[in-house]
Amino acid sequence: MKRANWTEYQKAIADDKYYYARSCIRQNFYPGSEKAFLEILHKDLGRDIFDDPLHTSCTGIGYHSDIVPLETIMTVVARQFSLMNDAGYENFVTSCITSFGIYTEILSTWEEFPETEEKTRENLFKATGREFVKPKNLAHTSDVMFHFRNEIAGRMKRPLINARTGEPLRVVEHIGCHYAKIFPSKGIGGSEFPYVLAGMIESWGGNVVDYPERRHCCGFGFRNYLVQANRGYSIANSHKKLESMAPYKPDFIVCNCPGCTMFLDRWQYTIAEMDGTTYGDDGHGIPVLTYEEMAGLVLGYDPWELGMQMHQVDVEPLLDKMGIDYDPSAKYLGRNGKYIGKPEPAAVNCSSQNNTIYDIKM
Amino acid sequence: MKKRVAIIGGGVAGMQTALRLKRTGGIEPVIIEREEELGGKVRNWHVLFPTFTPAGEVLGALRSEVAAAGIEVLTGEEAEEFTDRSVKLRSERTIECDAVALCSGFTLFDATLKEEYGYGIYDNVYTSADLERMFSEGRVAMADGSAPRRIAFLHCVGSRDEKVCQRHCSKVCCITGVKQAIEMKRLFPTADVFNFYMDIRMFGPGYEELYREAQQRYNIHFVRGRISEASPMMDGRVQIKSEDTLTGRPLRMSVDMLVLLIGMRANDENGRFADKAGLTLAQSGFMQSRDLFLGNTESPRPGIFYAGAVTAPKSIGETLNEGFTAADRIAEYLGVK
Repeated sequence: MKRANWTEYQKAIADDKYYYARSCIRQNFYPGSEKAFLEILHKDLGRDIFDDPLHTSCTGIGYHSDIVPLETIMTVVARQFSLMNDAGYENFVTSCITSFGIYTEILSTWEEFPETEEKTRENLFKATGREFVKPKNLAHTSDVMFHFRNEIAGRMKRPLINARTGEPLRVVEHIGCHYAKIFPSKGIGGSEFPYVLAGMIESWGGNVVDYPERRHCCGFGFRNYLVQANRGYSIANSHKKLESMAPYKPDFIVCNCPGCTMFLDRWQYTIAEMDGTTYGDDGHGIPVLTYEEMAGLVLGYDPWELGMQMHQVDVEPLLDKMGIDYDPSAKYLGRNGKYIGKPEPAAVNCSSQNNTIYDIKM
Repeated sequence: MKKRVAIIGGGVAGMQTALRLKRTGGIEPVIIEREEELGGKVRNWHVLFPTFTPAGEVLGALRSEVAAAGIEVLTGEEAEEFTDRSVKLRSERTIECDAVALCSGFTLFDATLKEEYGYGIYDNVYTSADLERMFSEGRVAMADGSAPRRIAFLHCVGSRDEKVCQRHCSKVCCITGVKQAIEMKRLFPTADVFNFYMDIRMFGPGYEELYREAQQRYNIHFVRGRISEASPMMDGRVQIKSEDTLTGRPLRMSVDMLVLLIGMRANDENGRFADKAGLTLAQSGFMQSRDLFLGNTESPRPGIFYAGAVTAPKSIGETLNEGFTAADRIAEYLGVK
């Protein structure tokens, strides 16, 4: 694809010394990814990133659900910045796309309406006695990974290439709406042809798949999902995307938003259970990865260390394609070899999971 | 001693103004054209609405008259700045004069700015200007060389669009869309042709009749709705999403060709010209006339005049008429009868 225009949307991404703001939902959906991000930055790239236990949720989901008022979320965000100041950092990196949208929107609001910023300062001081300095640089974690894509390529152990055929893997990238659709200039590549994930895929040997419903919503959409009666809209959106991408036979999907990763993965199970349709190879699903998992596999991390056993759609077909050595029997062993339980067999999973050591134990 | 008038821009407006001035007998016009030949944007157009008159006929007549009249023409020269008494060229040369006619026209909207349509990225997305070029070259086809079977035209690309800072109506795109749709239907009689529009503004003589003919004789479909996005399909066609606002239903369609009817926007140099010469710009960025009723071809500064699309989007007929009007005003200003 001719992605000539992405270069017009570049942004400054700090090169070191980050203050890390975790996502409240990613830690539940894909807990290994945030750990992998920290490890890759610390161990592989030698960068300073501070994981602060004092920070809180940005309350973005509450804000988008009309539970948390604007004044409140601004004060919460101001407190995060104040904590960053205390820790001696200036570059704020957020792990969640919703949060990234929130921070971007609030910083822009303060720029447009200085009196709102003053009011927030007043609110924060009254509530906590704190003051704050705005970050010098704000980035999403996928921006940071994009920033280091060539360094990671230099350390690559397993490129995004089908080890059996030597062909580049076909990868569907899906970008969270709040990454660049609110402020296109704040996302690499803008909102229509975002390059943040595509750049990683291309740097690591894969091919990006463009398909008719590439820009369509993943199905998360707060109103679609948080209101239980609307969940049919959620799965209908995911279904539309999966139907559209399936003819291109993607080897995996990679997302930079917690909601997108979750819904494109989990709804594949639901669709398979509802009408027996599966979209991947051999009647299984299409694996859905986070960008940290993609980077981790490329750098040679163990897939179970990356937390890939937490996926609804099994990732083993992808691992086999990439020629990655992994221990099938260790899949459901958590920290210190403790068995963490395993899901019931399902159409989107591989039959091999019935033959693991746990079945013998049980 | 004859008076000298510098005409910035050698398109239809500039040529018409120069011809009228020359005929006074007391004025010596000089045309400054940045391209290597006279003609402006019309050089790239195939036939003109609503009569399907070849653009070359109009241009040919004007160029011949300019040559026959012995009007001085400076091609490959671009005006950097001007006052009512001189024009400084980018080549550092200065043209002394007694008055200036600014006839520098407009700029075609850059369709890549409407990224959702994938112009420049997807093979079968074209602009109206591309289509004119293809008509002129005598080869209209999809990127793979095959004949299109379903064609969609999208009106108002880069006009009446606040998101790309083009709030004004470009006026001539509606009738251009009708004209080009008919041309496509003539070339590919079995193809389905759709025009997606906000409003159809048929303001000129014969336009409404052509619009009706497009529907009744050529069976061209008109859908009231904007296209929200275009995406590539596996076979190179383009998927478009829209809403038919008359039926109130969303619409998804695959087409072989998507043609974007691009608008007319103000030239970037208008701001520089205005700063240097003490002129004003309209909100749209086009030059602001002294008065929209009684001084349409005059600037607020004595000795500086306008003709054609430099003040607003206009049809070629209107532009040619303004050439006459501007020339008459200049002659009056210079005291030449």
